[in-house]
Amino acid sequence: MLILTCPVCGVTAEETEFHGGGEAHLKRHGPGSSDENFEEYLFMRENPRGVHFERWRHVYGCGKWFHAARCTTTLEVFGTYPAQTYEPPKDLLAKISKKRPGWAWRDLA
Amino acid sequence: MSDPVTALNGATFNAGIASVAEVPLQGMITLRGDLSAAAIQKAATVTIPGDMPTAGRARIEGENGVAWMSPDEALVLCPYADVSAVLEKMQKTLGNSRALAVDVSDARASFRISGPHAREVLAKLCPVDLSPAVFTSGMFRRTRMAQVPAAIWLSDTDCLQVISFRSQAQYVFDLLVVAAQPGSSVDLY
Ligand SMILES: [Zn+2]
Repeated sequence: MLILTCPVCGVTAEETEFHGGGEAHLKRHGPGSSDENFEEYLFMRENPRGVHFERWRHVYGCGKWFHAARCTTTLEVFGTYPAQTYEPPKDLLAKISKKRPGWAWRDLA
Repeated sequence: MSDPVTALNGATFNAGIASVAEVPLQGMITLRGDLSAAAIQKAATVTIPGDMPTAGRARIEGENGVAWMSPDEALVLCPYADVSAVLEKMQKTLGNSRALAVDVSDARASFRISGPHAREVLAKLCPVDLSPAVFTSGMFRRTRMAQVPAAIWLSDTDCLQVISFRSQAQYVFDLLVVAAQPGSSVDLY
């Protein structure tokens, strides 16, 4: 079970107080985009064994969305950060590199 | 006009490890807006003058109070009969601020769980550390109670209060009764 901390209200709780919202940092390709980009946006998802970035919502709490970085094998949560960003914070990436040397996820490493 | 009644007509359960009672009608106003703005804070604290509570906290005295719900939502408490007067006062205070204040009194149900095992009853139902050292007076926690949303706070040392949706009142009451059934104490706290 995941223990997540909501960066909006500061509450730490297990995952049943939250709701997963799928992969983080997707680029939305809409009207006018190429078929390849649109297909990628709709269907192509990472399914890593290890470091992963996701969107979560504090559905039973403050109701806000946020981001989480976690390990899919150990369920360790490396950290959570606000929804209003296109990429994870640098200090979180550094923390992950220390714990999982050589990790890679999409174009992050 | 019909007489306003609570969802469960004041249902009580006193045969278990804690007493469960539905609370009489309570005035509740949802205020949405940027809680860091002075006018919004003033409107939020209209029934209990003072500072706006910080994240996860509330100031509640009797039937009056204010609770922090999220960065853009507060719950204002007042006596049931005073809701329209309080709303009017809030609208005046808000002026042209970008905000929304709505009477939600009849959309909610409230319960009081009291007795030395009150914390335990709720701890069985919510993913919240309710130990006396962690869950303290002044905290206001929105969480999950079995399968439905709820908000809880400590109204006294041995008394916790719960707000749920009115449509889920019977479910919440039944949950509390099962969690408080005789002989079910875990004696954790
Ligand atoms: Zn939250």
